[in-house]
Amino acid sequence: MIEVLDVYYTYPNGFTALKGVSLTIDRGECIAIMGENGAGKTTLIKHFNGLLKPTKGAVSVDGSNTMDLSVAQLSRKVGLVFQNPDHQFFSETVEDEIAFALKNFGFQEDEIKRRVDQVLERMGLIHYRQSSPFNLSGGEKKRLAIASVVVFNPDYLVLDEPTIGQDYLQKREIIEIIRSFLKEGKTAVIVTHDLEFVVDLRPRIILMSQGRIILDDTADKALSNLKLLDEASLLPPQITELAYRLFNPPGLEGVLDEKDLMKIIKPLLTRRVKQQ
Amino acid sequence: MPRAIEVRGLYYRYEGMDGDVIVDVNLEVERGEFVLLTGASGCGKTTLCRCFNGLIPHFYGGDLRGEICVAGFNVRETPIHKMALKVGFIFQNPDSQLFSLTVERDVAFGLENLGMDREEIKRRVDWALEVVRMKEYRHSAPYELSGGQKQRIAIASVLAMNPEVIVLDEPTAYLDPKTALRIFQLLDELNQRLGLTVVLVEHRLDLASRYASRLMVMSRGRIVLDGDPTTLFHHRLEGYGVTTPRLIRFFRELEREGYIVEKLPLTTEEASAVLRRIIS
Repeated sequence: MIEVLDVYYTYPNGFTALKGVSLTIDRGECIAIMGENGAGKTTLIKHFNGLLKPTKGAVSVDGSNTMDLSVAQLSRKVGLVFQNPDHQFFSETVEDEIAFALKNFGFQEDEIKRRVDQVLERMGLIHYRQSSPFNLSGGEKKRLAIASVVVFNPDYLVLDEPTIGQDYLQKREIIEIIRSFLKEGKTAVIVTHDLEFVVDLRPRIILMSQGRIILDDTADKALSNLKLLDEASLLPPQITELAYRLFNPPGLEGVLDEKDLMKIIKPLLTRRVKQQ
Repeated sequence: MPRAIEVRGLYYRYEGMDGDVIVDVNLEVERGEFVLLTGASGCGKTTLCRCFNGLIPHFYGGDLRGEICVAGFNVRETPIHKMALKVGFIFQNPDSQLFSLTVERDVAFGLENLGMDREEIKRRVDWALEVVRMKEYRHSAPYELSGGQKQRIAIASVLAMNPEVIVLDEPTAYLDPKTALRIFQLLDELNQRLGLTVVLVEHRLDLASRYASRLMVMSRGRIVLDGDPTTLFHHRLEGYGVTTPRLIRFFRELEREGYIVEKLPLTTEEASAVLRRIIS
């Protein structure tokens, strides 16, 4: 469990990015943190593995205050994938990049090889194993960054904008990775702007704006709250917006994808007018 | 007047790499078109854009075969600094494009390089900042601005050069949805009001396709589909790594119920108008 208790964080330049954030993340949960650029999302997740320590308030992971633990101790438990993968790479080959954490955590040589092969295959990077991480495309770098964290199987997977630069098929693959991770009873926290990704995953949603949490609710409820989405500089899912245009009843909730809308529309379809 | 873009039998291979990343591309873009270019990661869309402003072959080298003319200039024979007057280029990350201490200096940079006189520079900078609605930020430092504002400044510095074509390579990747939509609205305005030819590379078809007069899908270096968006969405684009907007997916479900809509809607306004006619 990750517990965030009334956390404030002020950067050395004086900018206060978090202004009293409280949040409990249980084991096995899937959570999306959303909100406008600069809302404090990335600052918040950097507290989960101890990269940042609160200016005021407290963060604990499985009962231990992050003040008492090193980043090295925490990162075995909390695997964080940065938004810009360039900040994370330093090895000469893709293969070494992925193996790095495993070596660090003292895994056996053959176990390292087995895991690296598996994750390379899975992330569609097998042909690049000898390439330099810096020669990959933006989308490939992103998948490498995810691979190098998924490979050591942390209890908490924290992803910062995992779908940027990813096409449809790669997004499906990222969703699959998150789902299989959750199936093992692990926890996933995802910072994202990608509404369609969230519609597929239907996580608990934390909406942030100007350093505060303005909503913490189920995907069905949060994504149907057009007013708050707007405040957080988000647009509603297309289908939700369409449903509101058609029906606009207060309390229309959880109409997020084409199947949800079809359930409502189907009984209303008339055979009178057929579009040609 | 020459076409905005004319490409015939184009092939390209990066230096030291095996295999062509552009394969037999043939393309005619008229002035004033708004082209939305999409496709799976690695399909060649960024490479093709680099051909439009001469980064290929002048900067990247490699092996370029076939014909390519942009704004009437043969790209292969025209140096980059000359192409830059005709073709503005916007990158995914505005930080790679802005470097001055003030917004004003950044927008003026290209013009100063041309040796333009001060009055004309001032006039153009004023105008460009006005168009992107960033006039009040002229003395701000680019690094103080938000991602969306930075992207507007990048667009202004390209506009100041008065180009005929503007090429944008996933300009909204790092922006939140509302800010992204505002950038697309700005591009629509530039296209409608100034007649600027727009080539926009995007994955966000749900927000961008309503503004495009033409949608092109690339796969393995080729242009595999090319047409107006409402028509192209009748194809299954997922196989090409393209995210089909949810609205379109809903109308596919509707098709299974026997309601076939020929002109697929690109906005929720259009969609609700269509649906109102077929529900009680």
